Amino acid sequence: MKAVFERTSGLIDRETHYCPGCTHGIIHRLVGEVLEELDALEQTVGVASVGCSVLSYHYFNCDMTQAAHGRAPAVATGLKRVLPKERLIFTYQGDGDLASIGMGEIVHAAARGENITVIFVNNAIYGMTGGQMAPTSLLGQKTATTPEGRAAQTQGLPIRVSEMLATLDGASYIERVSTHDVPHVIKAKKAIKKAFQNQKDEKGFSMVEILSTCPTNWGLNPEESMQWVKDEMVPYYPLGVYKDHSYKGDGV
Amino acid sequence: MRVVFNEDYCKGCNLCVAFCPQAIIHLANRLNQKGYRPAEVIEQEKCTSCAACARMCPDTVITVYRPERKKEKVS
Amino acid sequence: MGKVLMKGNEVIGESAIKAGCHYFFGYPITPQSELVAYMAKRLPEVGGLFLQAESEVSAINMVYGAASAGVRVMTSSSSPGFSLKQEGISFLAAANLPAVIVNIARGGPGLGNIQPAQSDYFQVTKGGGHGDYYTPVLAPSTLQEIVDLTQEAFRIADQYRTPVILLGDGVLGQMMEPVEFKETSEEMHLFEKDWATTGTVGDGPPKTITSLDLNDVSLEERNRKLQEKYETIKDQEVRVESYKMDDAIYGIVAYGTVARIVKSAVDRAREAGMKVGLIRPISLWPFPSSYIRKLSEQLQLNKLLTVEMSAGQMVEDVRLSVEGIVPVHFYGRNGGVIPTVDEIYQEILKLKYGVMV
Repeated sequence: MKAVFERTSGLIDRETHYCPGCTHGIIHRLVGEVLEELDALEQTVGVASVGCSVLSYHYFNCDMTQAAHGRAPAVATGLKRVLPKERLIFTYQGDGDLASIGMGEIVHAAARGENITVIFVNNAIYGMTGGQMAPTSLLGQKTATTPEGRAAQTQGLPIRVSEMLATLDGASYIERVSTHDVPHVIKAKKAIKKAFQNQKDEKGFSMVEILSTCPTNWGLNPEESMQWVKDEMVPYYPLGVYKDHSYKGDGV
Repeated sequence: MRVVFNEDYCKGCNLCVAFCPQAIIHLANRLNQKGYRPAEVIEQEKCTSCAACARMCPDTVITVYRPERKKEKVS
Repeated sequence: MGKVLMKGNEVIGESAIKAGCHYFFGYPITPQSELVAYMAKRLPEVGGLFLQAESEVSAINMVYGAASAGVRVMTSSSSPGFSLKQEGISFLAAANLPAVIVNIARGGPGLGNIQPAQSDYFQVTKGGGHGDYYTPVLAPSTLQEIVDLTQEAFRIADQYRTPVILLGDGVLGQMMEPVEFKETSEEMHLFEKDWATTGTVGDGPPKTITSLDLNDVSLEERNRKLQEKYETIKDQEVRVESYKMDDAIYGIVAYGTVARIVKSAVDRAREAGMKVGLIRPISLWPFPSSYIRKLSEQLQLNKLLTVEMSAGQMVEDVRLSVEGIVPVHFYGRNGGVIPTVDEIYQEILKLKYGVMV
């Protein structure tokens, strides 16, 4: 028998704290596989943000530092600017961390064309703290802080981060992908690999926004959650490449 | 065995069950040490080693194998 | 190296560079912006990096990243900007990360103004962020002392793996005085930083830097070690100066810019026959408590007077030090007002004669 699919050495061999069916687990695996395939684990320093993935430093099999809520892109900038060029720096952030408290940091990291890789997990909710509204929560979406469903007049409209950051000349590669079925998981991995390869090739700021599930706080089972991503999130957050040019070297 | 489940890590989330094209995965009737019903495959011979289950698994529970084809053994 | 006439803010920058600090993340705010501009010009010249962040919050977190990589790193700000860094400083303290943070204090609270003040004393000495932590705080009163204390700040930061605060004010930042620099960067190599997250690169298991600990008992244990570190710093890093205290019966306690003004007032009072001197804390944390108490006991001091450019903050630590064995008076101006020699001289006279003479 020949193994066709095995556990990646990019992840430390242990159970995770994530809820059953939470696609953080899939995304962690994809990042681990990519780092393994790029033979970059020894070169990599990851920055964990604050949210469900705060404990990601227990899982990624590389050096990790843990940032204050919203500040991972700034911590990553500090690391990237002082470590040798070969080092790969990535942040792993949720939508509350990146698009709410940390919006300033991510916008300026992109505007600076910071040569880092940002893994942005968009599950349209604050998971760790019990299901509050996030900047990416959809209209009508019931959360702990929008019990009647998110209403535009009071809570404003969900933010399409990839499109927004793509307007920044400093950003080199921005793609939104999803994990709601096998073909999309495969595509997500391709995007993550490209985002890390870009950094290796010093092409500047790369971010992959990954639509993800939160069965516990959506009040859906894992399978229904995948369906919700497909039926509700993808229409509002269209998948695709929003920026793909090498800012550094090939000119703007 | 074509598909092996590390039952201790399984959280019984059912995604592999949902995404297996051959529909041969189901949750066992026993509980693992975390209190979840782990996924398992009885009819291993029906598995095509496509690894859809392993790709959809959030907890790296699944390892997938494929029988060596005769030709490969010779070379 | 010889003397150089320089502005205080720039003296901080050059001293840091001479201490081997080649990384600076800054943000503009009066009255410390010259330091930011100086580093922007100078650091590239020494193969270092200057980066202007989008906010003080971002700047302190860039410092957190660089410190995680084990390099000597600095940031600076002024009062309102320093407040924005407090969460980051708490994280640096909790994660045992060395860094130097400069606060060139200005009139407050709120937006306040850009004139000098000492009204950030509480925020810098009492661990202004959340959780049980302290940061060593050094308070120079001359530009030459800025040189020495900046370099000491980096040594303390590396030796104890802690953020260290250099506290100045608008006067020190903006004034010019001749200073002499010395190179202390070779000292950097005394401190092994195998904990730094620089990539494993073939040397063992991955390293992690975090201040999160969901287990209460183990967090308490981490905090116990942190407090143990602070006890060690209290033992070894107190700095204080006395001026004309040998036969004094009145003691003035003041630091930084105000201490310079008090020296002139003490000289005048001495000429008028008053037995008065100055006690000048240089490390505001660890505060020279036992020093002040012993001196008060030995000299049987009649009264202590604390003078600050604030509504009275360090005075509390002075009272705590003497625990009532000596009455502690306070005189202060704030909002950016600088007390004059005359004003302080009058206050000294009041110590003796009880009323305004």
